Amino acid sequence: MAMARQALAATAVTTGNVVPLAASSSSRFPRLQLVTPIVSHELGRCRLATRSSATSYFGTAPQNRGTTNVTTNAVATKEASTSSATTTGGHELLLFEALREGLEEELDRDPTVCVIGEDVGHYGGSYKVTKGFVEKFGDWRLLDTPICENSFTGMAIGAAMTGLRPVIEGMNMGFLLLAYNQIANNCGMLHYTSGGQFTIPVVIRGPGGVGRQLGAEHSQRLESYFQSVPGLQMVACSTPYNAKGLMKAAIRSENPVILFEHVLLYNLKEKIPDEEYTCCLEEAELVRPGEDITILTYSRMRYHVTQAAKTLVNKGYDPEIIDIRSLKPFDMYTIGQSVKKTHRVLIVEECMRTGGIGASLRAAIMENFFDDLDAPIGCLSSQDVPTPYSGPLEELTVVQPPQIVAAVEQLCSRE
Amino acid sequence: MFLNSWLWRSRHLSRSPLLLLRSRSIFLASSCTTELLASQNASEHQHSRKLPSTVPRIRPWWNVSWSSGYRNPSMEAEKKVASGEDSYGNESKQASSTEFLDFPGGKVSYINELQFLSESSPVRVPCFQLLDEYGQVAEHACLPEVDKLLAVKMYRNMVLLQTMDTLFYEAQRQGQFAFYLTTIGEEAINIASAAALSNDDIVYAQYREPGVLLWRGFSLNEFANQCFTNNLDYGKGRQMPVHYGSSKLNYPTVSSPIATQLPHAVGAAYALKMENNPACTVTFFGDGASSEGDFHAAMNFAAVLEVPVLFICRNNGFAISTPTAEQFKSDGVVAKGQAYGMRSIRVDGNDTLAMYATIKAARVMAISESRPILIEALTYRVGHHSTSDDSAKYRKQDEMQHWKMIRDPVFRFRRWLEGQRWWDPEADKQLRSESRKEVLAAIRSAGPLKKPSLSSLFTDVYDSVPSNLKHQEEEVRATVSRHWSDYPSDVPL
Repeated sequence: MAMARQALAATAVTTGNVVPLAASSSSRFPRLQLVTPIVSHELGRCRLATRSSATSYFGTAPQNRGTTNVTTNAVATKEASTSSATTTGGHELLLFEALREGLEEELDRDPTVCVIGEDVGHYGGSYKVTKGFVEKFGDWRLLDTPICENSFTGMAIGAAMTGLRPVIEGMNMGFLLLAYNQIANNCGMLHYTSGGQFTIPVVIRGPGGVGRQLGAEHSQRLESYFQSVPGLQMVACSTPYNAKGLMKAAIRSENPVILFEHVLLYNLKEKIPDEEYTCCLEEAELVRPGEDITILTYSRMRYHVTQAAKTLVNKGYDPEIIDIRSLKPFDMYTIGQSVKKTHRVLIVEECMRTGGIGASLRAAIMENFFDDLDAPIGCLSSQDVPTPYSGPLEELTVVQPPQIVAAVEQLCSRE
Repeated sequence: MFLNSWLWRSRHLSRSPLLLLRSRSIFLASSCTTELLASQNASEHQHSRKLPSTVPRIRPWWNVSWSSGYRNPSMEAEKKVASGEDSYGNESKQASSTEFLDFPGGKVSYINELQFLSESSPVRVPCFQLLDEYGQVAEHACLPEVDKLLAVKMYRNMVLLQTMDTLFYEAQRQGQFAFYLTTIGEEAINIASAAALSNDDIVYAQYREPGVLLWRGFSLNEFANQCFTNNLDYGKGRQMPVHYGSSKLNYPTVSSPIATQLPHAVGAAYALKMENNPACTVTFFGDGASSEGDFHAAMNFAAVLEVPVLFICRNNGFAISTPTAEQFKSDGVVAKGQAYGMRSIRVDGNDTLAMYATIKAARVMAISESRPILIEALTYRVGHHSTSDDSAKYRKQDEMQHWKMIRDPVFRFRRWLEGQRWWDPEADKQLRSESRKEVLAAIRSAGPLKKPSLSSLFTDVYDSVPSNLKHQEEEVRATVSRHWSDYPSDVPL
């Protein structure tokens, strides 16, 4: 698949002074994270890991802004990626298979983990994320439910209070709007209102975002609606590597976590490590280091941004691309380090303009890093319209690479 | 259809030699139940046009292979349909292939005349009662096993609950805390159900069931601490008064939105079943809550998943100002049980012994057969909905007074106790004055205590305080230090 290949290529990176990272080409952090599973239940502990790795990484990058040290490649060469693959092994799989692998490892490891949703058992999941599980774990742990999102979400919350660790699968994120009452009023709140007596270690996951002509009701971006709910953590996966890592970390977390997957990313192919690993839930991922501008993005927009980056590099720009991954809370440390380096920010998201993740991120950056900015924070998002079915119209509502290129040019031209 | 209810049969069964009992005799509720269900089976064949629901075979929870993790493998279901059994494993009455229609979901007999099912049964589902309004044992009633110790304990708790409610309500009216709601008129439902359950059963309450906590050992001080939201409150000052919660007493914290606790109870029962734990979950809700989507969802799920949940509906006639006549058109909530494929019963919620017997029997059924049960307890909400309500606006004062004075469940049980020579007016006077003193002492000691500290505003949102919340806490502290004189003195930092 063209997209997958692009994705694989785009996620690797080489820069002038830094040794190319071996192992998984999509990991921007040192091998430390791959070999030792970072099982971090405390947000604080994870932050320390980020800081040390980020400092060492940023410390070796060139400090001066100018055209002399600009990266010539936006993507790794094919030779580099294949050579790194052979040195450390790993296996190639699609994103939905990576999710499945992560879920299977957690189901094996902990008998209290269970999956609750529609068609997750015998059918194997609408997107085959739970395929083959019912034969292995039984149809009580892979529970097929009647069609009532509010009910099975509430059920999972009750089960979680009693000691299980349910993974709630929404067939499409948009359907979880029906579960909004349970999520907002109970899932995010009961730990707090009970004075810490009851924990709700649930994971709510499902595909969302704008697909290919799925219509307005099936193209919802629920991260906008849930971001205000206190007590929830939200993460968005974008590569097979971080999909598996985030799935495992989310299941192990004591907090309720919403894992946003994207309908169009399920068939992305990538090589991931054989050994066990988790990704930190609160960390952002550096996709491409740069000097001129920080582009913040997540989920599917990451690929539009990396595609735009190729054009930008050809035009002489050096964008730094960060996949924010953690939608709540934002990894303000990584973002801040980047802003202090480049002084310009562009946010590229799929949410609507009003009240989206970009809107909150913009406010957070402005509040914390106002003095480091040389230009207003740009934000490219979808319009405030329901997503139409018609193909060309739908394409117009999603941010496309040429728009990203134009926005970067405009922001960078301000001196 | 409802004429066949086993409740109706019970009157006739009592004449059978097997069940010839005097009013004070003792027998086990569970054996009575299975006898009653068995007799219903025998009479089924008399009625030709009815829903194909025969009484399911009892499947003890310990015999089911939950270790293999299968609840109803699709292969098994297919085999059942092919062999002519219905989904309960009973032989289908229609043997010949020309006498039924074969649709997904099972075989169904056909009828050639156009007939609609009536929207209601001609006779309402009768109400199970053991003691009449005067505390006398009803004719043909077989009482549950209740000795003096248990009966007196139940009565003492009912009186304490009533006293606590009255005095805490007055404390709210005096401005000592912001909100309260009483359980007046529903003491029997609270205490009798709690007495019939075990401490391992997880109770998901609505908000009008503090009696369950009281029975399980929540002290008056703990109740008062929560209402005053002082620093000893287990909820750390985050929930409204009356929204109690205690993990050690298996009573998850009350959540205000109506009926959200029903799916929680189903989920908890799912967890219990997965662990092969011989306990059940119990969830209370009101007549108004039965209109919520969560009620439908939880009932359906519980029946499909076959989990041990007791759905106890306190039908007290009102949902704030909405009377039940405007809440649903069905015969109360009990009629909905069969619609979901769930066993149900209607019981007099003001009759302590009937409630006790019902819950005890339902619990045994729920756990041993791994099935949910719906119990509709008819009662009356004597008090206002809460301290934010004035029910004189929508109902007559004399109606409230009548239920409060004449049809008080506490008084009714007391009449029975006195008839048993287990109680007397002197003991009652002493109990009431003791209870009053204890409650007042709890109020007095809880009031002056300090409130939860400022740092507790930010803890427990997540398992540990993340940096963005730490930042927000610093901002709040900075504001407080700038405006120290405006900061309340009883809230530590």
